Amino acid sequence: MTDPGPLALLAWLLPAAAFLLLGVAVPLRRSAAAGWTSVLLAGAALWAAFAAWRAGTPGEHARILWEWLPMASGPLATVGVLVDADSALMLLLVAGVSFLVQLYSLGYLEGEPPGARGRYFAYQSLFAFSMMGLVLAPGFVQLFVCWELVGLCSYLLIGYWYQRPEAARAAVKAFWITKAGDVGLLVGIVLLWRHAGTLDYLELLDLVDAGTLPLAGLELITVGIYLGAMGKSAQFPLHVWLPDAMEGPTPVSALIHAATMVTAGVYLFTRTIWLFAQTPEVLAAVGWIGAFTALLAATLACVQADIKRVLAYSTVSQLGYMMAAMGAGYAAAGFHHLLTHGVFKALLFLAAGAVIHAVGTNDIFAMGGLARRMPQTAIVFLVGTLSLAGLPFFGGFFSKEEILGAVWVGGHPVPFLMLAVAAFLTAFYMFRVVFIAFFAGPAPGWATAAAGHGSTVARGAAAGHGSVAGHGPTAGPAAPGAHGATPPGGAAHGPGTAHAHDAPWVMIVPLWILALLSVAIGVTVVPHRAPDFEAPAALPWVAVLLSLGGVALAWLAYQRRAVDPDRLGRALGAVRDAALERFWLDEAFTAVYRLAVLGVARIVGWIDRYLVDGVVNVLSAWTLTSGDRLRRLQTGLPQDYVYAVALGAILLIAWSQWAR
Amino acid sequence: MPLQAYLTLAAVLFAIGLFGVITRRNTIGILLGIELMLNAVNVNLVAFARFHADAAGLVFTVFTICVTVAEVALGLALVILIFRVRGTAVADHLDLLRG
Repeated sequence: MTDPGPLALLAWLLPAAAFLLLGVAVPLRRSAAAGWTSVLLAGAALWAAFAAWRAGTPGEHARILWEWLPMASGPLATVGVLVDADSALMLLLVAGVSFLVQLYSLGYLEGEPPGARGRYFAYQSLFAFSMMGLVLAPGFVQLFVCWELVGLCSYLLIGYWYQRPEAARAAVKAFWITKAGDVGLLVGIVLLWRHAGTLDYLELLDLVDAGTLPLAGLELITVGIYLGAMGKSAQFPLHVWLPDAMEGPTPVSALIHAATMVTAGVYLFTRTIWLFAQTPEVLAAVGWIGAFTALLAATLACVQADIKRVLAYSTVSQLGYMMAAMGAGYAAAGFHHLLTHGVFKALLFLAAGAVIHAVGTNDIFAMGGLARRMPQTAIVFLVGTLSLAGLPFFGGFFSKEEILGAVWVGGHPVPFLMLAVAAFLTAFYMFRVVFIAFFAGPAPGWATAAAGHGSTVARGAAAGHGSVAGHGPTAGPAAPGAHGATPPGGAAHGPGTAHAHDAPWVMIVPLWILALLSVAIGVTVVPHRAPDFEAPAALPWVAVLLSLGGVALAWLAYQRRAVDPDRLGRALGAVRDAALERFWLDEAFTAVYRLAVLGVARIVGWIDRYLVDGVVNVLSAWTLTSGDRLRRLQTGLPQDYVYAVALGAILLIAWSQWAR
Repeated sequence: MPLQAYLTLAAVLFAIGLFGVITRRNTIGILLGIELMLNAVNVNLVAFARFHADAAGLVFTVFTICVTVAEVALGLALVILIFRVRGTAVADHLDLLRG
């Protein structure tokens, strides 16, 4: 067995080389070869990550460390790589998805100008480097640095089409909201340093195992670290940035906002679950928030008409699942779901990207009958959907069922119920997309419904876009959330399904690889890592029945149209209206902003205007008036001066006589 | 006569001169006041020279008289110039330095 350390280090540094190459060599960045350079290096990194994973022995770890920030009592921080079973698997996921997404981007961004493409691939490489650094970090300091770097890359890539105001806005929103959580993370890390004296995972683990880590005040630390995870992993109420992040190119959504970066918070919990286990109250709160996030996002996903937004909310929902498993104390269950979700959500996003690429719109009501036009895309999308819905033999089934078991065994019945309802809704909203976009024909009734009255879903469509979906070339350049530079085919023909066809090979091949992996990861990786708890035997049946129920409801409503979605929506009137307004969370954030930031600003402004300025003004007024009064002493008459001199002399004499 | 008598005379002379300098409105009068003050000093010097039997005081007095003459010449010249320029030699009108 070879040592996995150097291999992991190689995998980490190869994307950095790609980024530096594209960043420094301007002619290369502007040439058509930029994409291939990045893809080749990403492929090499994937090979190294794979070799590192193969080389690792279970239960052992390899470390390569350099000292950083030296201090008298030893280095404050170390940088390097820490390869164990979890980080090797995660590294493989990051490298793999990153490579496939970059390959796919070659086709997806073909119509972009070469300079912009070079920029895109440079950012992609920087992201891969940062994420791998986060995964391999041996301690909190490197984790935090890379954590901020992936946030930066996310910002840069959401704003890739920075000419569009929505994209720029979404980028800033994502940056600020995750940054709000990161403040908590930073505070938590600094407090942990004061608390424990080390930030190295293994040393901290030793402290915890030996029971020498003081427990008093630990809650504040874990809550702070959780805030960071909350922002990055889109937990309620900091999840509002993720749906807006869909303004970036679809491959970016697949890589960053579905498969890897948003799972950073979950991964952090996987790494440090022993630390959180010291504060059970915090962990329970994490579980509750996670389950609530899963349920909330699932209801939101049911009313979206934008295919990417459906997937975005489903990502939020699945992240809630993972966090719920963390909250139950079973990190392995959440980590397994992270891995399977990373694969099948990347698959779903890339397949959705292929659809958008072909039809030139994000609106599922403008699609319809795509299964005949794009058979390969339809098959892989279906595989991803089955996996996400948690049907047997697909990747998501094993991990989701494991999470449900973990939450049940962990003794949290209410979060379990929330997750169960969310599982039902997951199957429903995903198959809603499948039936509407791929199988049902674009019936005329749908088009009128989409014009603004009626069904649940149509209201969502109208609210989201305002353009009549499904007809004519209206959505060409103004296509909501679609490409800034619409690729050939889409713009020329309008958002029609008639001309849609499967994507070129660079896009189809990654889809097939991911589809195979979605199936394979369930039957190979997850069973090898058996759960460390005994779930009730009936649980898999319950999970499958819930999923099938969701599928059946979607089929009845959108394929057979036996159930009118309109009446369904009316039956759930209040919830539907609230979901259409995103539960007013954005408004709530705005209100909080108004109250907190503007209120404080007003108070500070008052203090500045009336207290600080007031003191200065009063002082200057005093100076002016006293000067004005004193100048009258200067009569200009020589005799007065003589008089004053004489008086002074007399006083001096008197003083010299009496003072002694 | 004792020394105190001479010193008292000098002090009285000095006070009269100072009073003249401060109160006279006419600049010529002010100059006269200054002369009185200087001569009070001379009286002092001569008295001390006599009682200490030291001729240095007398020498000083001679110098003072010379300087006084020069000063009066200069002062009168200034007064004449001021009168030419300002058209007046009354001290109350010479308030260019007023703040």
